[in-house]
Amino acid sequence: MERVAVLTMSFVEYSDFIQDGDVAIIYLNHNNVMPVKVQQGAQTQTRYGVIRHSTDLIGQRYGSKVTCSKGWVHVLHPTPELWTVALPHRTQILYTTDIAFITMMLELKPGSIVCESGTGSGSLSHAILRSIAPTGHLHTVEFHQQRAEKVAEEFTEHRVDHLVTVRNQDVCKDGFGVTGVADAVFLDIPSPWDAVRHAKAAMKKQGGRLCSFSPCIEQVQKTCEVLGDQGFEDISTTEVLLREHEVRTVSLPLPDFGPDPDTVGEAPPSAAPNHASITLKTTTLPREMPGHTGYLTFATKPRT
Amino acid sequence: MADNGDDDYQYRIKEGDCVVLKRGEIFKAVQILPRKKVIFEKQWVFLDNAVGQLYGTTFEILSGGHLKPQELKQSAAAPDAMETGTDNRNIVDDGKSQKLTRDDIEALKEKGLKGQDIIQQLVDNHSTFGDKTEYSQYKYIKKKKKKYENTVMILKPSCRILAMMYHGREPGKICHLRYDTLAQMLTLANIHAGSKVLVFETCAGLVLGSIMERMGGYGSVIQMYPGGGPVRAGVESFGFPAHFHNMLHEFPICHVNALLAGTLDTTAKDPTADNTDEKPLGLAAEKEQNQPEAEEQGSPEEQNMETKTSDDAGQDVEKTEKDRLKEAKAQEKKMKLEEKQKRLAAAAALLEGKNADGLVIASRFHPCPVLLGLLKFLSPSRPFVVYSQYKEPLIECYKKLKERGGTINLRLTDTWLRHYQVLPDRTHPLLLMSGGGGYLLSGTTVAMDHSKPAGSKQAEEPPPKKQKLKDTEG
Repeated sequence: MERVAVLTMSFVEYSDFIQDGDVAIIYLNHNNVMPVKVQQGAQTQTRYGVIRHSTDLIGQRYGSKVTCSKGWVHVLHPTPELWTVALPHRTQILYTTDIAFITMMLELKPGSIVCESGTGSGSLSHAILRSIAPTGHLHTVEFHQQRAEKVAEEFTEHRVDHLVTVRNQDVCKDGFGVTGVADAVFLDIPSPWDAVRHAKAAMKKQGGRLCSFSPCIEQVQKTCEVLGDQGFEDISTTEVLLREHEVRTVSLPLPDFGPDPDTVGEAPPSAAPNHASITLKTTTLPREMPGHTGYLTFATKPRT
Repeated sequence: MADNGDDDYQYRIKEGDCVVLKRGEIFKAVQILPRKKVIFEKQWVFLDNAVGQLYGTTFEILSGGHLKPQELKQSAAAPDAMETGTDNRNIVDDGKSQKLTRDDIEALKEKGLKGQDIIQQLVDNHSTFGDKTEYSQYKYIKKKKKKYENTVMILKPSCRILAMMYHGREPGKICHLRYDTLAQMLTLANIHAGSKVLVFETCAGLVLGSIMERMGGYGSVIQMYPGGGPVRAGVESFGFPAHFHNMLHEFPICHVNALLAGTLDTTAKDPTADNTDEKPLGLAAEKEQNQPEAEEQGSPEEQNMETKTSDDAGQDVEKTEKDRLKEAKAQEKKMKLEEKQKRLAAAAALLEGKNADGLVIASRFHPCPVLLGLLKFLSPSRPFVVYSQYKEPLIECYKKLKERGGTINLRLTDTWLRHYQVLPDRTHPLLLMSGGGGYLLSGTTVAMDHSKPAGSKQAEEPPPKKQKLKDTEG
C-alpha cells in the first residue's frame, strides 16, 4: 500500500504529468470519452488514429493535445465525473446530476464513513471516495460476485483501494458488514425497504443521513413507510432533472411588408427583394431529454 | 478515531458554537452566547439551556423564552382510534364548527398550555371533526401543529442546511443560487481535499464555506474578492475548527492585472491598502459590511470613554489618555496593514505558479471578464464552473471561451428540483416548486494551442458519429 503522494495520479489527488500505470481519459469530443490504462509500449486505437503510449502519453502533461494521423485528441486527468461518462457499464449507473445532489444531502466530506449498496459499476463509489478522502472510508456491498471483483480491481487501478472495502454479500440479508460506524448510507437496490434496518445498524449511534434511490414510486412508498417505522426523521423525497442548453447562433428573417408609402419618395425601392434578418446568440434545448432517473429519498437517523 | 471516553463530546452544544435553529422547514443560523436574546419565528428565545445538550435535540420553548429539552418520542403520540367520515357531502361551511373563540384560544395560550394540548382542545371543540375523512383530519392537525407547536430543534451547521437556509430566507444575498445548483457546482469543480481552488463569489460566503467543508482543511482556497475586503459572513455560520482558516487565502481582484503582468509589489507599502480607505462611495457601504474591524473601530468604546471622562476635572489626564489611545490605534492599524500585506504576498505566491486545480465563480458581477481573467491561473486538465442567475451572460462566456481556446467539454446547464409528498394513498409532487435556481457553465482547461490563431477553433468538435471505439492495449 506504499505510494508516493502527489507524484502519482489517483482519483483523489491531482498530478501534473502522465506516468506509466496511470489511468488517463482520452477526450475525443463532447459525447465521446474513453479511459485508457497507460502502459509503456502499448497503443490505443481511436477514430482519429493511433496513440502510442510511450511517446504520446508518458511524460506529457495532463490536458495536452495529442496529434494522431487523422486528427487530434486531448488527454485528461481522471475525475469521478469523467469516469462516470467513460466507465464500462455492467449495470445501470447513477449520473453526475444525481450524484452531486446525493453528496450534498448526505453531507459527505473528508473523514465521512459511508456505506453503499449495491456497488454496481462504481459510478457513485468513485464520487464518494473523492469526497471523503483522505481520512474517510467507504464500505460498499455488492451481491453479484463478478461485479464485486471487477470493481475492486478498478479501485486498485485507480489508486483508491486504501479508502474502500468491497464486500460480496446480500445487503438485505447480511447487512453492510459493519455496525455503528457510518455517517451516511446510500441504497440503490430493488428492495431498499428490506435493507433499512441494516442501514440503521450500520450507522453511528449519534445519528447520520440516509439516501435511497428508486426508479418507481411504489418502491419509494414502501421505503418511506419502513423508514418511518424504524424511527428515521425528516424523510423527504425529491427528484433532480438536468437540462443542457445548446448554445447556437440563429437567424430570424424579417418579413417584407412591401414599399412603405412614407419613404417611397426618399429612397428608390430596391429592385431585389429584401432579405433582411436578425442574427442572435441563444440556446436551444434538446428535442428529447432524460425525464426521469430515480426518486431520491433522504432521511435522518436520530440518535439512538 | 477511538470511541472512548466521552465520545459525545463533539456532538454536544457548547458556548460560542455556531448552530442552526429549525422548526418545520424554517432554519436560522445563530451563535450560542450567554443571555443573548434571539428572535426565531416571531418569538424571543434564550439559548443558554441548550449548552451541554446534544445536537439534534428538540427543545420546548417555555414562557420567558427559555428552552427545555423535549422528552424523546412524545411528539409521536397521535390522537388514535378517532371517528372518521367518508366524504364531505354533509359538511357545510357555516363558520361555526369551531366552538372556541379567538379569545378562548388566547386565554389558553396565556395559561402556558402546551401546543399539543391547545390542538387537542381545538379538536375537541370542533363540531364536525368526526365527520372529516381520516386524511382531512390528518391535514387539520398538521396545520394546527405548525401554528401552535412551540418547539425548536438545534442542529450542527452543514453545507446542506445552510444552503437550504439561505435559499429559503435570503435568496437575494446568494444570487438566487438554489442548493441543488450549489451541489452541482461542488461536484463539477471536483472539489476535494488537497487541491488548490480559486473562488470568486458574492454569495455571502456560502459558496466559499461549502468549498471549505468539502476540502476538510486540506489544501488551499484562494478567495478573489472585489472591493475593500472579502465577504465571509456565511463562512462564520459553518463554525469551522480554527485550523480550517489556515487554508483560506484572499486576493483582491483589482490586483489581478498587476500580478499577471508581474508588476505587483507585495513588499512595499501597499498603495491600494491606503486607497481602500478612500474608495468611491459605492464601495464604502460594502466595505462597512465587509470588515468587522470597521465596527470595532466605530464608536461605542470611544463614546463611552468620552462620556465617562467629560465630567472629570483633569483635562490633561484625558488628553494624554487620548494620545495614548491614538498611538495604540495607529500601532494597531500598522500591524493590521502589515498583516494584510503578508497575506497578500502569500496569496500572490500561491497564484504565481498558475497551477490551481479548480475555479468556482458565483457572483452578481458579469462573469465573462472574471472567468477569462482567472482561467489563466489554472493548470491544464482542471475543471471550472461559473454560476449566474441569468443565462445570457453565460452564453457570452461560452462564445468568448470558444474564441479563446484552451477549454473543452463546455456545458451550459440548469437543474430542476421537484419535491414529493409521500403518504399512503396520497403521493404526488408538491404543488409548489422553485421556479429557477440559476444556470451553470462548466468545462475543463486544456493546454493552449499556440500554433493556431485564435478563432480557427471551429473544427474543435467534429460531428459526433456513433462509432464504437476500442481500446487495444498491449
